[in-house]
Amino acid sequence: MKLKGWKELEIGAVIPEPGNADNYNTGSWRAFRPQWIEDNCIQCLFCWIYCPDSAVTVKDGKRGEFDYDHCKGCGICANECPGKKGNKAIVMVEEGK
Amino acid sequence: MSTPLRLKELSKKEDLLTGGHRLCSGCGAPIIVRQVLLAAEVPVVAANATGCLEVSTSIFPYTAWKIPWIHSAFENAAATISGVEAMYKALKRKGKIDRKIKFIAFGGDGGTYDIGFQSLSGAMERGHDIVYICYDNGAYMNTGIQRSSATPLGANTTTSPAGSVIPGKLQPRKNLTKIMAAHGIPYVAQTTPAHWRDLMTKVRKALDVDGPAFINVLASCNRGWRTPTNTTIQDTKLAVETCYWPLYEYENGRLKINYKPKEKKPIVEFLKTQGRFKHLFSPGNEHILEKIQELVDAEWEALLREESLYSEEG
Repeated sequence: MKLKGWKELEIGAVIPEPGNADNYNTGSWRAFRPQWIEDNCIQCLFCWIYCPDSAVTVKDGKRGEFDYDHCKGCGICANECPGKKGNKAIVMVEEGK
Repeated sequence: MSTPLRLKELSKKEDLLTGGHRLCSGCGAPIIVRQVLLAAEVPVVAANATGCLEVSTSIFPYTAWKIPWIHSAFENAAATISGVEAMYKALKRKGKIDRKIKFIAFGGDGGTYDIGFQSLSGAMERGHDIVYICYDNGAYMNTGIQRSSATPLGANTTTSPAGSVIPGKLQPRKNLTKIMAAHGIPYVAQTTPAHWRDLMTKVRKALDVDGPAFINVLASCNRGWRTPTNTTIQDTKLAVETCYWPLYEYENGRLKINYKPKEKKPIVEFLKTQGRFKHLFSPGNEHILEKIQELVDAEWEALLREESLYSEEG
């Protein structure tokens, strides 16, 4: 994002564009990356409701890939994932490996 | 018609808090905000007290909020939202606005239990049609884990450090949910983000009420609680299973406990996973563990007794 000069800034530090933090990527914070294993997924969407960073994409009520631009790798999704027959649908993998 | 409280249906709604905010990995606060905004069925305007949530979601020139949002200071989120609500009522009276809009204030425990307490109490007493949501992580985490009046007994913080002289915080936390219930407002509740359906049901009830409502939500903070980033939900579940943080509500002054664990777990189950209580497990500090258990038992039994009074009335 190009920084504005003082003449262009809104009065009172108003940010006129709602939700523009979406353009700010926090993916580089990650030390561990969640990996989705679709075969073990029962579509409970616990990962989606418990994600602090809105980084689980869902379309038409079904989950899709992780939004790695925003995922900070906390691992809540993997911890809360019930999986299928004891096999987790989300596992954490160390970044860079 | 309102969206059914099923994740599949809720996931079709727009997320009103985006990613890209700068809250810590595994923070409890944004999970709460997402659930609150997903539960709301009418447009909402929010005010925010100073705190982690406010700072990290609105680092200029970015905002993670997709709703009108205002921050003015630490001590006055409730007063700020009162003013917004009063203006809305005035505009409505003059016929300049006809949409139904609801007003929510968010604050941490520092901005709610301590610094914003008088403005909160005032707003509740004046009867504004607002919902105040406190995310209580039990200390001033934003400035580096200083004790607040929400910090539990025995917790190690930078201003109640555990050492050879004192074993962490010397005072039990204050029961703000009960204090808010004592204001005699139409709706008061306590919940956690782990119990998402309970939280969302309570948010809807609070928004439906014509008048002030208060919801106290336990939020874990892995920096301050000294827990791994992935146990945020697990820890708040344990708080409920040990009756440290019972799920209950007051509707028009009438208490209802929303969840009673089949087997109440001992409080050490909640304490032992958190580094802030680590010193309590050293020899010589057993009496503090006992004291914490006593406090939890006393609160839980008092709640059960109070609820039974209403069931006798029928």
